[in-house]
Amino acid sequence: MGMTITEKILARSAEKKTVKPGENIWLNVDVLMTHDICGPPTIAIWKNEFGENAKIWDKSKLVIFPDHYIFTANKHANRNVDILRQFAKDYQIENYYDVGTDRYKGVCHIALAEEGYNVPGTVLFGTDSHTCTSGAFGMFATGVGNTDAAFILGTGKIWEKVPESIKFIFNGKLPEYLTAKDLMLQILGDITTDGATYRAMEFDGETVFALSMEERMTLTNMAIESGGMNGIIAADEVTIDYVKQRTDKSFQIFNSDVDAEYHSKYEYDVETIEPLIAKPHSPDNRDTVQNVSGTNLTKCYIGSCTGGKITDFRFAAKFLFGEEVKVPTFIVPASTETANQLETETISGISLKEIFEKSGCEIAQSSCAACLGGPDDTIGRAVDKDVVISTTNRNFPGRMGSKKSEVYLASPLTVAASAIKGVITDPRDFL
Amino acid sequence: MKKIIYGKAFVLGNNIDTDQIIPAEHLVYSLTDEDEAKKYGHFALSGVPVSQSGLPKGSIPFIDDDEYKSIFNIIIGGTNFGCGSSREHAPFALQKAGVQAIIAESYARIFYRNSVDGGFLVPYESTEKLIDKIKTGDLLEIDLENNSLKNITENLLYNLKPLGDVLPIIQEGGLFKYARKTGMII
Ligand code: SF4
Repeated sequence: MGMTITEKILARSAEKKTVKPGENIWLNVDVLMTHDICGPPTIAIWKNEFGENAKIWDKSKLVIFPDHYIFTANKHANRNVDILRQFAKDYQIENYYDVGTDRYKGVCHIALAEEGYNVPGTVLFGTDSHTCTSGAFGMFATGVGNTDAAFILGTGKIWEKVPESIKFIFNGKLPEYLTAKDLMLQILGDITTDGATYRAMEFDGETVFALSMEERMTLTNMAIESGGMNGIIAADEVTIDYVKQRTDKSFQIFNSDVDAEYHSKYEYDVETIEPLIAKPHSPDNRDTVQNVSGTNLTKCYIGSCTGGKITDFRFAAKFLFGEEVKVPTFIVPASTETANQLETETISGISLKEIFEKSGCEIAQSSCAACLGGPDDTIGRAVDKDVVISTTNRNFPGRMGSKKSEVYLASPLTVAASAIKGVITDPRDFL
Repeated sequence: MKKIIYGKAFVLGNNIDTDQIIPAEHLVYSLTDEDEAKKYGHFALSGVPVSQSGLPKGSIPFIDDDEYKSIFNIIIGGTNFGCGSSREHAPFALQKAGVQAIIAESYARIFYRNSVDGGFLVPYESTEKLIDKIKTGDLLEIDLENNSLKNITENLLYNLKPLGDVLPIIQEGGLFKYARKTGMII
């Protein structure tokens, strides 16, 4: 019997020939990532459990990005960054990307890719549920809590239950009014927020392999929104290209066997999918943009590890070029590299940054910002009864700030079109 | 591990996400400083919409305004309990508020792992939908040896799914204690 790509990578990491879904195995971790929210409690548990002379299993495999609560006056939030800074100093952590320095990178999941930590065939754990994003690189990546992370920090090992896999196959050429975000909303509406709990979500098909790495990351990023343990896309030439530009590490490429067993399979013809939106208050509350078009908005938000990558801004700039936004619109580049690209990439000689500024958008510094609400002074935070359309990944009650607010999740094309009209707008109106 | 968990039920719906369990704005507090950590108990479940808080009627505060502990120590939930972020602050907050066990139809993976590996509370899966059978305030008794739940108020008995592979970790009180016991770490 064949194995899926997820099973093969887990088997390698567990030093086994084969593994089967449902089996509990101990994995050797290739990279552990943490950030300012979960890093400090992880460090505290690690010190408490391993004692003051605690040793990090392998410093070169630990990566720390302050990214969540960064540009705030909140003293507790700043204390978290201070703890990370001190820890990095005390233990000489090379892969620490401090805020306020030119090493600062922005949102961890995008920075992991850009800094060459995403390597095909490897196993990456992070103290963040969207760690599944890295699966776009043909690797196993998933989120854990502080205790698990502290255990990895001291031992380099962690237990995991081998997941069953679900395969999602997308066929056809992606129409210009759709993005990877629409594909993910399609899946979410079909399988709901727990349809993939404890399972691997494997993306396949010509549409997927025609996507850029950034767009592929939008698919794997939102695997957790269906409860998925990991999202995964086998590495191809596009992946190899991206990775080789960023690291010298050697790697091994795994592919699912043709006779591998799946829990279930879903197949889509992308040409029949319409622009989609998730209505309040759940990412699986899917509808067509058409059905809710005309809904009044008070805020638009383009940012986060899901919708704040350079590809997302390219989509948005296409519509915002020469237009003006009708409601406050926030542009939050996920990473500092993305922020730089906004300045260097142009449309008809005008930089993306200028296009956004001219259309009246507010451009923020790279960080998680209002994707998860954050302290009161967070830019773009939903207040009171805000009605927001956002390229982020979650719209649970209060996720972007106020419990009274309503958040719609959509593609950067849909958000940009809606920003121009001030009401929810189908991107096809701009094509 | 305790053999019996006894106390009052607090009933919630489906898809109780980690932002409802502990809203993100509170994640800045220390989990180790006792005074600050208390706040996690105070804010536990404060993100649950009022109409959904304490079913079937809703509008029941999980914790009174000036309190750090709840009078409810067993949560009854629907499907996909603990979905959303990886924050271990979520089971931590519930434990701080005094919760000893959750009985839900299903769990999101990270919340489930965190509850077990951190040794915060016992996450049981029910064998049937309980959120419309048990009322907030009902007196319950969980028998951890026989995997059963008794609703003392209604005098009804329900089976729970055995804890399975994670039982040894729960019995030891978390991943580190388990790893020490089995000699994985010293
Ligand atoms: S951008 Fe949003 S989803 Fe992504 S890591 Fe930050 S808070 Fe989480």
